[in-house]
Amino acid sequence: MLEFLNRVFGREAGGSKNVAKERLRLVLVHDRASVSPQLLQTLKTELIKVIEKYMDIDEDALEINLDSNETQVALVASIPVKGMKRVTRHLASGI
Amino acid sequence: MGEVIVVTSGKGGVGKTTTTANLGAGLATHGHRVVLVDADIGLRNLDVVLGLENRIVYDITDVTGGHCRLRQALIKDKRFEGLFLLPAAQTKDKTAVSPDQMKALCEELKQEFDYVIIDCPAGIEQGFRNAIAGADKAIVVTTPEVAAVRDADRIIGLLEAAELRDPRLIINRIRPRMVRHGDMMSIEDIIDILAIDLLGVVPEDEMVVISTNRGEPVVQDERSRSGQAYRNIVRRIKGEAVPMMNLDEGGFVSRFLRRMIGLS
Repeated sequence: MLEFLNRVFGREAGGSKNVAKERLRLVLVHDRASVSPQLLQTLKTELIKVIEKYMDIDEDALEINLDSNETQVALVASIPVKGMKRVTRHLASGI
Repeated sequence: MGEVIVVTSGKGGVGKTTTTANLGAGLATHGHRVVLVDADIGLRNLDVVLGLENRIVYDITDVTGGHCRLRQALIKDKRFEGLFLLPAAQTKDKTAVSPDQMKALCEELKQEFDYVIIDCPAGIEQGFRNAIAGADKAIVVTTPEVAAVRDADRIIGLLEAAELRDPRLIINRIRPRMVRHGDMMSIEDIIDILAIDLLGVVPEDEMVVISTNRGEPVVQDERSRSGQAYRNIVRRIKGEAVPMMNLDEGGFVSRFLRRMIGLS
């Protein structure tokens, strides 16, 4: 009955479009990532460049993936660190 | 020198063929020379939507295969001065035409017509690649549904990869009342997700079904809202700045009241 009244008065009754939008958003994250497999590779190369300024990392063991469950998608990176560079302290204090 | 526009969508059944027919008829009404190319080989449809199914002698594969001259295969629409159809083959499959043949065909048609509009088949395989091979511009048609918008997104990616930049979007079959109730994605929602320019919005309209039954494009129906929407899109293709149609015509009571006081 309440739903009927809401409909009659034009209030947000079902709001099922929000469900549609959310499902679409998630599915597109996957679609767009899989359409361009180079994307992850490019991201990986650029990440290495940035991180190497601060740390020695094991590039070959580096892993980057898009993980997802029902409600969210996450970029998960596993980056083994072999050692820290001394330059970090200079950067931190020197500015 | 004319321009080649491909009408595509990814998903089937969202209104590519209806859109192609109406844009063609609309542009011809403005005095342009227009040819519509049905690139859906094996599943020809544009001829019946235009009501020209009884006049086909030769088809696109006869032209590319050298069995007839281009001029012989073009069907002149007697109702719209300057409108022609190049029908698809019904008995061959999609490999009957190659992208290079399609490119050459488009080049030839461009010499003679102001607009070459290609009705692309659904899907992303060979038929799609053929249809976009000779195109200068692309129009993506979608409906406000998850599956259709998802496929539109995929198609936009593939168009960009094929260097067909800046495709423009037509949102078909929108139902203003459902949008108002939050039960259908709005124009803004879809544009927000797909991030491309909007060419037009066509409301759900029974007149489209009725006119398609008769084989007459709805664009010539002065009273229908979908006809108005297509006429607006035609003018935008010509480069005119036409404001988006106000879809929110209100409920029955407010429509009635507005009509009483002469507002609409």
